[in-house]
Parts: sequence; structure tokens; C-alpha cells
Amino acid sequence: MGSGQRAEFKNPVVSWIDERLPVFSLMQKEYGVFPTPRNFNYFWNFGAIAMVMLITMIVSGIVLAMHYTPHADYAFSSVERIMRDVNWGWMLRYIHMNGASFFFIAVYIHIFRGMYYGSYKKPRELLWILGVIIYLLMMATAFMGYTLPWSQMGGWAATVISGFFTAIPVVGDMIQTLLLGGFSVDNPTLNRFFSLHYLLPFVIFAVVFLHVWALHVSGSNNPLGIDVKSSQDTLPFHPYYTMKDTFGLGVFLLLYVIVTFFFPNIFAHPDHFVEYNPMVTPPHIVPEWYFLPFYAILRGLTFGINPYIGLSLVAMVVVMAPIYGGPDKKTGLCGLLCALGRQFALPLLVVAGIFFALGYLSQVEKASGGALLSLPLSDLVFINAKLAGVLAMFGSVILLVFIPWLDTHPVRSARFRPLFKWATLVLAIDFVVLGYVGMEAADAALFGVIPLLWIGQLGTGYYFAYFLMILPWLSRNEKALPLPVSINEAVLKA
Amino acid sequence: MTIKKLALVTCVALSVLSPLSARAAEGGHLPKLSWSFEGFAGTYDRPSLQRGFKVYREVCAACHSMDKVYYRDLTALGYNEEQIKAVAGEYTFIDGPNDEGDMFERSGRPSDPFKAPYANREQAMYANNGAYPPDMSLLVKARHGGANYIYGILTGYGHAPEGHEVPEGKHWNAIMPGHIIAMAPPLQDGQITYDDNAPQTVDQYAKDVATFLTWASEPHMEERKRIGITAFLFLLVFTGVMYTVKKKLWAKLH
Repeated sequence: MGSGQRAEFKNPVVSWIDERLPVFSLMQKEYGVFPTPRNFNYFWNFGAIAMVMLITMIVSGIVLAMHYTPHADYAFSSVERIMRDVNWGWMLRYIHMNGASFFFIAVYIHIFRGMYYGSYKKPRELLWILGVIIYLLMMATAFMGYTLPWSQMGGWAATVISGFFTAIPVVGDMIQTLLLGGFSVDNPTLNRFFSLHYLLPFVIFAVVFLHVWALHVSGSNNPLGIDVKSSQDTLPFHPYYTMKDTFGLGVFLLLYVIVTFFFPNIFAHPDHFVEYNPMVTPPHIVPEWYFLPFYAILRGLTFGINPYIGLSLVAMVVVMAPIYGGPDKKTGLCGLLCALGRQFALPLLVVAGIFFALGYLSQVEKASGGALLSLPLSDLVFINAKLAGVLAMFGSVILLVFIPWLDTHPVRSARFRPLFKWATLVLAIDFVVLGYVGMEAADAALFGVIPLLWIGQLGTGYYFAYFLMILPWLSRNEKALPLPVSINEAVLKA
Repeated sequence: MTIKKLALVTCVALSVLSPLSARAAEGGHLPKLSWSFEGFAGTYDRPSLQRGFKVYREVCAACHSMDKVYYRDLTALGYNEEQIKAVAGEYTFIDGPNDEGDMFERSGRPSDPFKAPYANREQAMYANNGAYPPDMSLLVKARHGGANYIYGILTGYGHAPEGHEVPEGKHWNAIMPGHIIAMAPPLQDGQITYDDNAPQTVDQYAKDVATFLTWASEPHMEERKRIGITAFLFLLVFTGVMYTVKKKLWAKLH
């Protein structure tokens, strides 16, 4: 950095500084003349919007921390003091509280953009992975922030979420004790959550820096997904995208202002306004909306891995083996599996389906007690439902890291991949549906007849199938539409 | 383009599925009244706030604390400093220690929080058959339905339908989740004497106290909406200008 060409500046002070520390040259190069594809649509605004939200959260959070007391006896009251007595305290708090939701809205659209237009593909794999790390850090930060007002919902959410770790064999309980600083959510929990909630945003900031750095090495993807070929394909970042981003940001902030000032508690459950009481469990413990799809996945796994489910999974692995291994794998165990998978793909899928159904039904409890379907060995559960749920939930996020290697199709943009396009749009709908399932009570039913649990389980199935089966299969088998020669040509034609 | 359609569908779906619309209270069907504080420019009805405060002071305060609200906050209800001093002065607070190390009694000041009826949670529960009368400072925000819920509870008492057992010392309430409530019907027609011409009925008492409690849980609402309108209008103009700038700038390209 800074070893490159320096720009010329007329202002002597700027010039003097730039000779010694070329920050102005850097800004000029990376944000002034930076060549940017000329065909961005408005989906490309959300990176900048997410950046503005991160800064908003850090600034409002720092001021809130000046007035907040991280102690179990005072935290709830100190938040109310901010809301009532601190000058502009209510505004800072509502900006921060709803800012978290709007940060996640921006980031979810940003992630979806990346998936739809194949932004994770070579040479942007690391850029994508840094993004997933930012997302994970955001989740940790948001979860800890949710606990700080020391409300019924926050305290019990901490109890539930830290409880996930107890599903891990042997060390699970130790991990939970370490997270909470004791055996239950109490003052030590609040103290360490506050400390980490203050620390992590700066870690996010650092990773965002790396994310942007990596972006400026490879350059941006674009809606066509084809590489920039000449300077005719690009525009200088300033003024073209600075102005376009500012307009998009304005629209986004309008929505943010409407919620913050007119519906500030729309994302907040009433139990968020009752002080935490470890002796009273609320009837519904729900996480914030941005975690709901993963919560639905967790609750969808009401069954563990018994021999039937295990066999079903093995059959699916064999079906997928030739797709993962490639057509050229002929020797060794892998070659054998590939040959089997190629030869018997359909029968194996049927077998997998039947065994999955058997394994599932043998673990469904009848209302009168006992399993719905009693089969030999069905009680032999290798991974119990709780651990399976936790693994599925964490796995569903971690899977994002591997997309660049699950989707190896040479064409990036969904515009030229009709099948991929539909699979990805269905995934987006699936994610919203899972969120809805996560929000409702575990025993709720759609129209009073279809248990939401089933919808959640189907949704979970599609989520994993999309990443582990559909993407790899499409990579090998989807025929893409013809690509335009260059960005410039496509823009002129339109 | 399908992607735009999807964005639209997602927005609609999200607004339909938003947490507020998704979960009604598990109790009876909540009444939906029209309140002065609703809407983008809604404000608190001052006479109603003062009447609601009177209802709280004479009835609710016997069991329910409001420890986040201070007497000084009552300026927002339209009382002047002298009136607030007089209200606070009616209560006795334990303060101290003094120079000799003793606790002493003194009359209340505007800087005191509303006097709580019980010394602590345990005493409150002991005096109320084991049920804790919740603190009312945030009650409107802490219940699904807000002010409508408060009004619904206060007007929802009645006889249990055939086949429903009401335990000894409890009461039937159409709105309460589970329909069994520990609080005895707190209001009767004519119980509180209003200084203005408002009807002295349970219905009016309930409306007034729900208004008062909404103010207590969200005292800066009027200021918030005022600033919100300014912020919205500023951003609207700013975004409009940016749209024109962007359009003009990009028009040169084609």
C-alpha cells in the first residue's frame, strides 16, 4: 500500500502530507478513479449501505455505553434512564436497536446479491469468505447486544443459545459455563457480553477493511458476471458510483427513519420490556428476526441419526459421489463409489428416500406414547436430535464458506443460468419461509391443519439440498445461455 | 425481471409476517379503540392523561409501583411546578443516613420516583395471595396489544362461562391470557371523581388510565414523532436531489 503511483495535488498542504503519507493518493486511486463496471444495478448499493450502518452502530453504541451500566442489578434501569432522562437518549437507543435490524437487512440483500450473481467465484473466493466471517461476527455481536438491556427476552435468549453448546459431547457443559461465566445467566454473563459486544464491532471493522481490500484487488463483479475487458467497460468510482450509492442510501435511510421514529418497537417482543427474572421462564422465547431461519432449522431437527437415517445419508453420498468426484475418477474406493452412483443414481435416491422416511417415522412419538413406527434398531441413535439440530444450525451458516467449491459452474451470473436462477430464488423464498416458521410457536399450524414443523423440515431439507446437491449437480449439468462479448456491448444494446 | 418481482414479493411477505401482525394475544379478542396518540402525528390527550394519573393515584397505586417514573416527569401532563411539589409532598419517603447515621422520614420531592406501595417484590406478593402486581412504568410496551390490552383487561371482567372453574380468590377476565386473573375488578362506575365533565364510568376510567400508562412507557413519543417528520422530510428532499444528480450525471454516458 502506498508504494504505487502517487497522484498530483494542487493544494500545497495536501501535497506535503501526501509525499510523506500518501493517504490522498490512496483515496484517489481506490475511491476516486477506481475503475468500476458500468452496469451495476441497485443491488450493488448494499455494500456501501452496510458500511454506513456499521458506522452508525459503532457511533450510537459508543455513546450509549457512556450511559449504560453493565450490572445485573442496574442494567435494565440504566437503559430506561437512557430512554427517559438522558438527552436524546431515546433517539440513540432506537437508532441502535433498529439499526441492528437494518444492518442485517442490508447484509442479507448484499449476501443474496453475491449468490445470485455468482460473486463468490474465482477470483473472489477469499473476498466471499471474509464476508461470511463478517456475517458470523455480526451474529455474535447482535446476540450479545440483545442480552445487554437485561430483559426477560434477552436473558432467556442467552440461556437458550448458550444451551446449544451443551449438545456437544464431553466438553459441551464446560463451554456453556465458560460462555456464561457460571452455571446460569447472571452478572458475570452480562459483564463478558458487554465487553465482547464492545470489542467485536471493531473486529468487524478490521475484517471489513480486509473485505474491501480484497475487493479492490479483484475488482467488483457485475450483473452480467463477465470480466471487465477494457476501460470502456468501466467508469471511475467517483462521481458515478458515489452519487448512485448516495441516492440508494437515501432511499434506505428513509425506510430506517420511518421505523426508528414511528414504529421503533416493531421488531421488539413485549418481553423485551420486562426485567430479566431467572425464576420466570417466558412462554415463547424467540430470537431476533434475523436469526429466525436458523432457529427453524434447529427446531426442525426433531429426530436424530439412527441406522435408517444413516443408511439414507450413505445412499445420498453414493449418488453424489460422481458429481463431486468428477467423471474422470475411475480407480480406488472413490472410483468404485462413483461407478455405483453413476449406475444406480435413481434406485439409490429411492432407497435413500424410503430409509429416510422409515428413520423419521420410527422417531415420531405417538400421542399415546411410543414410536409411530416400531422398527428394529431404530432406538440406536448415533447423534441425538438435539446435537443434530445444533450441527444443522451451525452447519447451515458454515456451508456458506464452501459455496465457491460447491458451485463450480464457469458462468457467474444467474441471468445466464436459468436453472440456477430458479433454484436460488426458491432458496431466498425458503429462507423467508423458514424465518416465519422460526417465529411461530413450535406446535403452530398453517391454516390450523398443516403443522409448521413439517414446513420447517421441508424448508431445512431444501436449504441443505440446495448447497450440497443442487449446486454441485448444476455445476456439471447446467447449460448456460450465450454470454455477451463485453459489458460495454451489452450496455449499448440495452 | 424476476429478481425485481422477488424483491417486491419478499417485501410484501415480510410486512405481512412482521412480528406485530403475526401474534395476537392468546387471551380473548382484544378491543381496538382509536387513541389520540396513534398515527404519524398523534399526541397524548392532556386532559385524559391528567384523569388517567388520577385513576392511577387513587386506585392502581394501591398495589402497582411505577418506579421508572418521577414526579418531575408530570410536567408533561400539563402540571406546573407548584402542583407537582404538592403531589410529591403528599407522600412520605425514608431517606438518609443523616449526619448522625440515622434514617429519617421526609415528604416527597419532584426528584423522587413514584412512591411504591410495597417495600419489595416479596412483600407485594405476600400481600396479594402470591401474585405480583407488575410495575406499571413499561406495562403498555410489555404486553401484546399495548393500550388496547390495558383497556381490555380493565373492562374484561365478568362471570365465567358455563363449565369454566375460577379458583378461590381469582377472577374471570375475557382478555387475560388463560382468562384467570388474580387482580379483583379494580374499577366501578362513579368510583373516582373527575374535575372535568368526562363521564365517570369504568369505560372512561379504563381509557384514561391506558392513555396515562402509554405516556409512562413512552414519554418522548411526541418529540420522537416531531423529529421523525423533520428527518423524513429532510431525507426526502436530499434523496430527491441525489436522484436528479445521479440521473443527470449518468445521462451523459449514453
